[in-house]
Amino acid sequence: MSVHTLSAAELKARPTPAPLTAQDLKIVDRLAGLNVLIGVLALSFGALFGVFQGLEHAKVFNIYPWLQPAIKTYYQGLTLHGALNALVWTTFFICGFFTFAFVRSINRPLKYPWMSVVAFILMVVGLLTAAVPMLTNNASVLYTFYPPMLADWAFYVGLVLLVVGSWVVGYSMYFTYYAWRQENPDARAPFIALTSTITMVMWQLATLGVAAEILFQLLPNALAPVLGYPAPGLDALLNRTLFWWFGHPLVYFWLLPAYVSWYAMLPAQTNGKMFSEPLGRLVFWLFLLFSTPVGFHHQFADPGIPEIWKYIHMIFTMGVGFPSLITAFTVVASLEIGARARGGKGYLRWIGRLNWGDPSYAAQNLAMILFIFGGIGGLINASYNVNMAVHNTMWVPGHFHLTVGSATTLSFFGISYWLVPKLTGHKLFTKWLALAQAWTWFFGMVFFSNAYHTLGLIFSVPRRTMLGEAPYYSSQWNPQMMESVLGLTLLSISATLFFAIMLFTWILPRKLDRPIEMPVAQPLDPKPAPKWLDTWWPWLNGAIALIILSYGPMLFQLIRDAEFWSKGIRVW
Amino acid sequence: MSDQTHETEHSPKTGGHSVDPQLTDDPMQEASLHVEKWEGIWIRVSVGMTVVFIAAITLAALSFGISVPGATARINPATLNDPGSPFATPGLRELAPGKYEAYMVAQTWNFLPDKLEVPVGAEVTFYITARDVVHGIKIAGTNVNMMALPGQVSTLRATFDTPGTYNYICHEYCGYVAGAPIGHHTMYGQITVLPADETAQVTTE
Repeated sequence: MSVHTLSAAELKARPTPAPLTAQDLKIVDRLAGLNVLIGVLALSFGALFGVFQGLEHAKVFNIYPWLQPAIKTYYQGLTLHGALNALVWTTFFICGFFTFAFVRSINRPLKYPWMSVVAFILMVVGLLTAAVPMLTNNASVLYTFYPPMLADWAFYVGLVLLVVGSWVVGYSMYFTYYAWRQENPDARAPFIALTSTITMVMWQLATLGVAAEILFQLLPNALAPVLGYPAPGLDALLNRTLFWWFGHPLVYFWLLPAYVSWYAMLPAQTNGKMFSEPLGRLVFWLFLLFSTPVGFHHQFADPGIPEIWKYIHMIFTMGVGFPSLITAFTVVASLEIGARARGGKGYLRWIGRLNWGDPSYAAQNLAMILFIFGGIGGLINASYNVNMAVHNTMWVPGHFHLTVGSATTLSFFGISYWLVPKLTGHKLFTKWLALAQAWTWFFGMVFFSNAYHTLGLIFSVPRRTMLGEAPYYSSQWNPQMMESVLGLTLLSISATLFFAIMLFTWILPRKLDRPIEMPVAQPLDPKPAPKWLDTWWPWLNGAIALIILSYGPMLFQLIRDAEFWSKGIRVW
Repeated sequence: MSDQTHETEHSPKTGGHSVDPQLTDDPMQEASLHVEKWEGIWIRVSVGMTVVFIAAITLAALSFGISVPGATARINPATLNDPGSPFATPGLRELAPGKYEAYMVAQTWNFLPDKLEVPVGAEVTFYITARDVVHGIKIAGTNVNMMALPGQVSTLRATFDTPGTYNYICHEYCGYVAGAPIGHHTMYGQITVLPADETAQVTTE
């Protein structure tokens, strides 16, 4: 295609592109496979506790007396469920998927493959370190670990290593991207390589808040009794603010990898093309800008933060909904091109001609459908005063099981259905089981989340509570509780199927008939995106500036006026 | 397409003199962002919706006075019981006929007080803080929903127009020791709104 005029000197200065060899891919694929393996194990173990909680809520069956002494309380189980499913499964899967997809997209070996190996080792050591206190009931603080509640130091050290490991996964990508850019100064960055790198940069900015919380507040307090110095004390509000600096962009770290797949892979899986590739790039840059300056919308109900700051963050939160609205059009248009190419007709009848027979496709399309409702619920949560009606009620777990539990997790299931056969060289076990898995998850989440939304909105039922033992349990809740159990039953079947499909795909030696390649959707309009959609500095500086503007003044006040009145307490 | 772009860039022809007008250094020649007609319409609709949402929320906050907690006051949790602290004697105080303030403490694992009685029509301003860890409170049937943090005082106001009994439940995990009779899930209180004829029985401290 395009050829650029170069002087002899320019040509000489340009580094020679490094060819991608089978050996390079072998390291990448091994890392991707190990990441996915750990992710699937974490998901399966964590989901088990989700089922236990749901059955306890509905007073169907309280398993906790039978889990003694291995699992001490409901809340220890809840900590495991949140940490393993929301943090471990997602982070490992994303790091594996991105490493795999980034290298293939940029078509260049990793600049420093050892860096990705070190990253993986850090993440595994972190996971094991944090697992010890979680499994021994020494860190039953839930995955938000709000101080003054204080866990065993190993929990925080493990989290730090896990997060730093995921940073290093990003660094390995940045160095590779930079090297590629040196070799190809005029080329447009391949879509998947660019968008996965943007996601990792967003993650880097987002995790600075929680890193500061753990390094400057939680670890010094948790280590005090171990090392024998007086505990410096904690400021509850400052810590919540630092946590939510991280806590909301965290959800975009879960979502954007699914978006990478929806934009750049899924259309190819149903004979479609990317409807407007440049706009897709713009969407990811907007997420880089708006993901972080939104954290106060998780603190609408907090004291100590002036209403004006909550209001400002509400506006940004509405702003971060905007790229998702664009996505709703662009991705659906990309899929419609595919459906029409497959013979689809009419205003809506084409939907039937999408590639529903492919479990990888079906799972991700179902994930999108659930995300429509997750997104609408998100706008409601962000709506400042409306949030008062639902804050910390069952509405909230109802909501995020549609987002991280469906948009993200069901999409990752779909991705696994081509990625794991690709990595193992084995046929998927089997197409029909995988289809059943996707649909049971879909309907399971429909019932489950509808029930929880209703319980929160109508009856103000609190979240993160062992409801079956609560004295205020009301028989009015029964219809929704039964609905949630129906959802839970389907979800249990689905999770079991997923685990079995992954296991048998891996261990059964059913060799692939033909090799699988990563699906890559081609743009409908072959004209390259304008250069400003490939240029980092305005977006990255803009993102940093927005963080400083939206958090700077308030954080400065909170730090200046911090009172470390609270001592870490163990309340479990 | 774009995945292969750079390979073409380095094909042997690169040394030649052909120039692609799309990619010259002149910024005016730079390809602009092309947006399809219906896509453009949808983008405008999206911007419009976002603006309408923000306007509606702003309107609700300003005209109906539906507000969220703000910065009120701070108090050292170790001094809650000191003489002069309003939290030393938690409970309801009448400020004027029909107007009350309620000082409340959230602690592991109960609310102080865990029973409140107000006459119908009472306007109550709630002040709540936490003694130990983070707690939360939502009073059923009202817009009172706030976190209780050690070191901070949260406040919201509610008017009770319908007689009845309303739960206020701790909605932030605050601990539980295995086998104990109480824990986060037993932490709640009740506010009773008395009908007009029983108003005389209201206790104020």
